[in-house]
Amino acid sequence: MAQIVQADVKQVEVKKARKVKVNKIPWKKEIKKNWPLYVLCLPSLVFVIVFSYAPMGGLLMAFQDYKPWLGILNSPWVGFDNFARIFEFQESKQAITNSIVIAVIKIICGIIVPIVMALLLNEVRNMGLKKGIQTLVYLPHFLSWVTVAGIMLDILGLEGGINHFLANFGVEPIFFLGDPDLFRSTVIISDIWKNFGFAMIVYLAAISGIDPTYYEAAEMDGATRWQQTRHVTLPGMMPIIIVVSTLSLGNILDAGFDQIFNLYNPLVYSTGDIIDTYVYRASLLSGQYGFGTAVGLFKSGISLILIIVAYRIAYKVANYKIF
Amino acid sequence: MSHKSKGYRVFSLFNNIFLVIVALTCLLPLLHLFAQSLSSKAAVNGNLVLFWPVDFNLDSYVKTFQNDNFVRSMGISIVRTILGTAISMFLITTAGYALSKDFRGRNALMWIFIFTMLFSGGLIPSYILVTSLGMKDTIWALVLPGAFGAYNLILIMNFFKTIPKALEEAALIDGASFFTILWRIFLPLSLPGLATVGLFIMVGNWNSWFDGILYMSNTNNYPLASFLQTIVVQSSAQNMALDPTAAKAMSEQSIKAAQIFISTLPIILVYPFLQKYFVKGIVMGSVKE
Repeated sequence: MAQIVQADVKQVEVKKARKVKVNKIPWKKEIKKNWPLYVLCLPSLVFVIVFSYAPMGGLLMAFQDYKPWLGILNSPWVGFDNFARIFEFQESKQAITNSIVIAVIKIICGIIVPIVMALLLNEVRNMGLKKGIQTLVYLPHFLSWVTVAGIMLDILGLEGGINHFLANFGVEPIFFLGDPDLFRSTVIISDIWKNFGFAMIVYLAAISGIDPTYYEAAEMDGATRWQQTRHVTLPGMMPIIIVVSTLSLGNILDAGFDQIFNLYNPLVYSTGDIIDTYVYRASLLSGQYGFGTAVGLFKSGISLILIIVAYRIAYKVANYKIF
Repeated sequence: MSHKSKGYRVFSLFNNIFLVIVALTCLLPLLHLFAQSLSSKAAVNGNLVLFWPVDFNLDSYVKTFQNDNFVRSMGISIVRTILGTAISMFLITTAGYALSKDFRGRNALMWIFIFTMLFSGGLIPSYILVTSLGMKDTIWALVLPGAFGAYNLILIMNFFKTIPKALEEAALIDGASFFTILWRIFLPLSLPGLATVGLFIMVGNWNSWFDGILYMSNTNNYPLASFLQTIVVQSSAQNMALDPTAAKAMSEQSIKAAQIFISTLPIILVYPFLQKYFVKGIVMGSVKE
């Protein structure tokens, strides 16, 4: 979502200034005039009703002891029992903790690393080199986690390339993906590696949008390159940094299902099992549909609240609007 | 000038070296994979292959393409990517065009679409829906549930908003309908933007693996990404949990490497086009009136 941010921030002042006054036209007249527009929206509307809103109705299962052969209409209601159980089971409590820890570290690194990398890349004067570096660092974003996990399982295994290399220096084999103490670090570092390049784009765009005369003025005043970075470049990036950081608040329970599911194994459940992987195992593999739905609802409910708060803050602080 | 000082030049040198190393870490894993796929099994399992094939041969590729399951799942992936992209593009261009104008109820519709980005029914309700619609083990389970993307809708809508209103007004006066305007004016004029979004959707479809595992009870119906997930990831993870040291020996890494590489090839092939447009496209799409 960060990508839409770019121009929005600039245009807010304009938006604020002109408050559009809508004079309501009667529905009948409106439909007669604009019926093709309603028709054009219809296919998408049908799709979201069927595939997005209908499943939301299915969330009722969170309050049921759902049995597939009884369906939603006939399964017994259990009130909030499923939600109470979330905080009784060691496994689900662990999964929630793991999700928060992994997601928070990912969010923090996911903000800092791309900013730093964008600033460093901005110092590369050779345009060809800069382009080449950009081309390579954007690439991992487009690989699927299955691909990346396939490579990681190979090179990070006990017999894998990295350990083979380290053995030359007498280092004991490190079990990157099987040691609960190392699993989170492995997950976080590989996530940064995969996504920092793409996340950098908005910051590079922000930097290129800074008025060059600021730099000329700073240089005249004898500012060093570092001072220019601190007092011109960083402030110029600030609106976007604020918006991206605020909006990432909504991801606080989202530790990255695609990645974890492809990297984890029973040895690292204690530190690596997250809400989404737990829901998958508890419901689809063990048949506790009601409970799994409750855990999922717990996650998406909290996320929704956080997203709304985040958008409000982003709007207040940086005048960011979603559309 | 200050940025030509000695200190800055030293920084600049180290900065360049550092960034080149970082950039190489993004390329070398793929190169390693490619080298493995072209090497002999013995050389790969002996950890002799780095970035250049050892005992060069094409056995892994021959075996991969002789594997019916691999070829079948690749076919399914191709079909789902074409079908999925076509449906998605149809949905978001039609709705995106309509929503780029002002009409009564527009904002309500917009929020109905946006809300799907913020909240969802989640895994199990979606699974039960797809099951009860009888789509399990059909291609529709892969292409329909995720076809509409609100984020892409916003991008397309913003592209359309950048097209001068005068063009449309002129066409309206000439008696063109909204449908004609969309088809004859908006689509051709926003082709670069549409291509970018289309490529993103294609990559998403091609890479999507979880829906296959979720909705296909028969592994014969797996798209390539799901097939790979079971072959490459599940088997390694299981082996690792059972007996860490055996994992490597049991699997034929050179064949796995070939399979992963073939599945990544389409992404690598479209990447130059993607890269050419996406930076510009994303920035352009975000410009609003």
